[in-house]
Amino acid sequence: MSLTVLITIISLSLLALISSVILYFIAQKFKVFEDPRIDEVQAILPAANCGGCGFAGCRNFAEALVKAETFEGLNCPVGGATVMGSVAKLLGKEAPVVDPMVAVLLCNGSPEFRPRTSKYNGASDCRISHNLYIGETDCSYGCLGLADCVRACAFDAMYMNSETELPVIIDDKCVACGACVKACPRKIIELRKKAKKDRKIYVSCSNCEKGGPARRACKVTCIACGKCVKACEFDAITIENNLAYIDTNKCTFCRKCVTECPTSCIIEVNFPPRKPRIEVQAEVVNDNPNV
Amino acid sequence: MSNILNVSPSPHAHGKETTKKLMFGVVVALLPALFTSIFYFGYGAIIVTTTSVISCLAFEYLIQKFIFRKPVTITDGSALVTGMLLAFNLPSNIPVFIIIVGSFVSIAIAKMTFGGLGNNPFNPALVGRVFMLISFPVQMTSWPVPAGFSTGYADAVTGATPLAIIKEGLKNGESLSQLVTQIPTPSQMFLGNMGGSMGEVAAFALLIGFAYLLIKKIITWHIPVSIIGSIMIFTLILWLLNPEKNADPMFHILAGGVLLGAIFMATDYVTSPMNPKSMIIYGCGIGILTVIIRVWGAYPEGVSFAILIMNAFVPLMNAYIKPKRFGEEVKNG
Amino acid sequence: MPKTFPIGGVHPPENKITADTAIELLPVPSSVVIPVSQHIGAPAAIIVNKGDYVKTGQKIAESKGFVSSNIHSSVSGKVNKIDSIIDTSGYKQTAVFIDVEGDEWVETIDRNSEIITEVRLSGEEIIKKCLESGIVGLGGATFPSHVKLTVPAGKKCDVLIINGVECEPYLTSDHRLMLEKGEEILTGVTILMKALKVGKALIGIENNKTDAINHLTKLATIFSGVTVHALKVKYPQGAEKQLIKALINREVPSGRLPLDVGTVVHNVGTAYAVYEAVQKNKPLFERVVTITGKSLSRPGNYLVRIGTPVSWLIEAAGGMPEDTGKIVSGGPLMGKAINNADVPVVKGTSGVILLPKDESERMEISRCIRCGKCIEACALNLEPYLLMTLSEKGLFEKAEHERITDCMECGSCSYICPAGRPLLDYIRLGKTAVMKMVRERNMK
Repeated sequence: MSLTVLITIISLSLLALISSVILYFIAQKFKVFEDPRIDEVQAILPAANCGGCGFAGCRNFAEALVKAETFEGLNCPVGGATVMGSVAKLLGKEAPVVDPMVAVLLCNGSPEFRPRTSKYNGASDCRISHNLYIGETDCSYGCLGLADCVRACAFDAMYMNSETELPVIIDDKCVACGACVKACPRKIIELRKKAKKDRKIYVSCSNCEKGGPARRACKVTCIACGKCVKACEFDAITIENNLAYIDTNKCTFCRKCVTECPTSCIIEVNFPPRKPRIEVQAEVVNDNPNV
Repeated sequence: MSNILNVSPSPHAHGKETTKKLMFGVVVALLPALFTSIFYFGYGAIIVTTTSVISCLAFEYLIQKFIFRKPVTITDGSALVTGMLLAFNLPSNIPVFIIIVGSFVSIAIAKMTFGGLGNNPFNPALVGRVFMLISFPVQMTSWPVPAGFSTGYADAVTGATPLAIIKEGLKNGESLSQLVTQIPTPSQMFLGNMGGSMGEVAAFALLIGFAYLLIKKIITWHIPVSIIGSIMIFTLILWLLNPEKNADPMFHILAGGVLLGAIFMATDYVTSPMNPKSMIIYGCGIGILTVIIRVWGAYPEGVSFAILIMNAFVPLMNAYIKPKRFGEEVKNG
Repeated sequence: MPKTFPIGGVHPPENKITADTAIELLPVPSSVVIPVSQHIGAPAAIIVNKGDYVKTGQKIAESKGFVSSNIHSSVSGKVNKIDSIIDTSGYKQTAVFIDVEGDEWVETIDRNSEIITEVRLSGEEIIKKCLESGIVGLGGATFPSHVKLTVPAGKKCDVLIINGVECEPYLTSDHRLMLEKGEEILTGVTILMKALKVGKALIGIENNKTDAINHLTKLATIFSGVTVHALKVKYPQGAEKQLIKALINREVPSGRLPLDVGTVVHNVGTAYAVYEAVQKNKPLFERVVTITGKSLSRPGNYLVRIGTPVSWLIEAAGGMPEDTGKIVSGGPLMGKAINNADVPVVKGTSGVILLPKDESERMEISRCIRCGKCIEACALNLEPYLLMTLSEKGLFEKAEHERITDCMECGSCSYICPAGRPLLDYIRLGKTAVMKMVRERNMK
């Protein structure tokens, strides 16, 4: 009996010894040298693996950061200045100042403003609807309302508003990773520079058609009338392809264009209410209960 | 235009076939076997089937309602089929609480933990059955002798299945020619007049169900035919080698759960391969494993184990065995 | 024993309501809208201006490039404007709007109904005539016919196949054409044979059209080399590759053309259009359209001028029924749903189907139960369930490996799926993405 136990112990110990020796040599032979700083950098990064930096994941981005001569063009939108600052400190480099951004939907075509002319009945996927036809309305540029962007968002920063049938972006949660911008087949989501108090003024329309047909399709479309361009004292607004665009670098948030716009397609968000008259843009105000 | 039209990608027609219709088609195909087992086993068959079906439906409902918190889909008939198949795999005198435990394993563990219908890798009814066979071996292997409604439920006269008789006899060194008097004749077996699981005894009723499934195009012939065919060929070889030690192919097909397994259990959509080529490989695998377990294994019956083992290979087969595409090889004629 | 293709296929209810209704002439509407992109390939360039007077049959847009087609005015009148309109593609396209004034045809068109069976033109002249007359494949794909008739150097064509299958439910325009214009079609076939320099032509017709089979078989005795073959009814038999397999048992390799197996397929409608172009000098500006639907009061087959609004056609067929839920241009399995009835009839419009509300809704999508019915139905032996998942998840490289680009979008998989899954929707999406990926790779 005791002999059996002894043999077992000895044989198992021998086995363990041999295996460990083999393992040790294999580990030595196939050792891959990795910069230990990669691990350290990765530990600082948010580990969201969202791809907002342009790399496949945080690990790849960390490798790129360690390898990079300068941080030019490298930015983690999720972590922002704090994360990039601490990475820069660790690697002894300087992080360029990158403005924080936020995603903005360039369409305001709720059923109220943009009447539905047909009912889409296929698979619930914007890409399929976009490939198939003009969409449920007569606007071939606007939102299709099938929530590809919401599904693409890894940060729960978007939801569909059932009344307007448009996606809503929650500014506080949006990290500007750009997943929604990529997901949208109609390219109507833009990353815009974040302003103080999350204020925003932008042209909420993507319709490149001329005024007449655009107006027939949607009441709150940009008709490229040029009134906002004239009203703007800072040359921040340009019109291209029948569509006005407000440059965030030049805009001073004076809100003159908002009052000028005849179709109310220029939208102001997070401003204190105006004294004299109340405008009609109530529907885009951030009404999300989660905020 | 006042009338808002629907727009969708093509096709704009649908064949009107639904999951529900398919599942209820299987239920209809199971009815002949259910009626014959009621005929043979009386009240026991009714009690076992009812308990199994109700508990399967109840577990599916409770899990979908309170754990998944998603729309309840028990009306699609899949739990009903699982319940009936589970009952068909049980002796007709099994205590009710064991059936409920088995249903729980079938639905909650084998089906719902994987996400419900369409995601389970193993046939739920068989997982339940094998669980019961291992946990309650005595109750699961005491088979009432068919005696119609005179068969009591709890106090039924029990006997061994033909397969168990052969297995036991061969182990004791008897030869087949000595055992032949103890086992039922092929015609008795065809009509189902023997001990065994509730639904597996009556070959003719199962074949009627098979015909119905084929006519309604619910299943294709590939899996059942390849299982039965491979069992026949394999046992024929063994029988020719030594007729004293190995039973003839006819016996192997009619005794035990081969027909029930081949027609109803192995053809379960979710757990069987999807293209004809892999279906045949899958069927042959089940057939060969069944015979191996029956002839050399510890259990007299091996269909359940064989199907579960082959279930495990299905994802692999779906990934690597591909049908020959149209236009893949040029063959001009 | 009638032949058919060996793998896959489905049997949708035929619903050929209008099979016994003779072709009627549809009155010319008060205005027509003629899109410049009615074919596969580059859109034609408009050569008329606003205010110009055009005659019926006059060329109004010229083909741009080899794979393109001329477009002719289908009416006489004044060009009202050149603007964009939503056409059957679902998007806005440039189109010529013409206000009808009388019906003055171009003088060169022979309007005599006498049948001319003698082919005077040479092969090259025939191909030129097809290009000039704007002939495109009228089965629905609208591929310019002169391209298909031009056999590239190094390839050989030994047999011509004429597609009279009309496997889509509801549609009967080809069926009626075969019954009423049999001799013209057979002459057209002879013309096509001459252009392709082949001595043999097979006409394939599904045997739910026995009257057409008998009629053409009888007529074909005086046309040398032309034979008529009955085929078993099965969708999608009208697909080029399936028809070739069924008739002459040659399998077109994946990603190749019928010419690679020595054959060319043309539709019976195209054969008729070729006859008219070559023998009567008449360009393609009208076609037979089936207007049908279960609740339509006067469904029928009409000879319609290109550019006629679908609403005008619906009026002629008894007006739009109350319960219309969907208007499909083409067959119910491969046609396109249109989002308003002002869409004009184009060269590829073989039929207009008005589906009632209850048939226009898709069924609710449930989980895949892995029944494998889509694999069984696929005529190309693909695995639709897998292709759908791969496309949905964006795994396009794997999808390419699984031959997603072979898919001809016949819709059998979506048709058969018991879980109502939008298989083809996603496969189409994946196919587009894979084709783009392959193009980009080839560019590098």
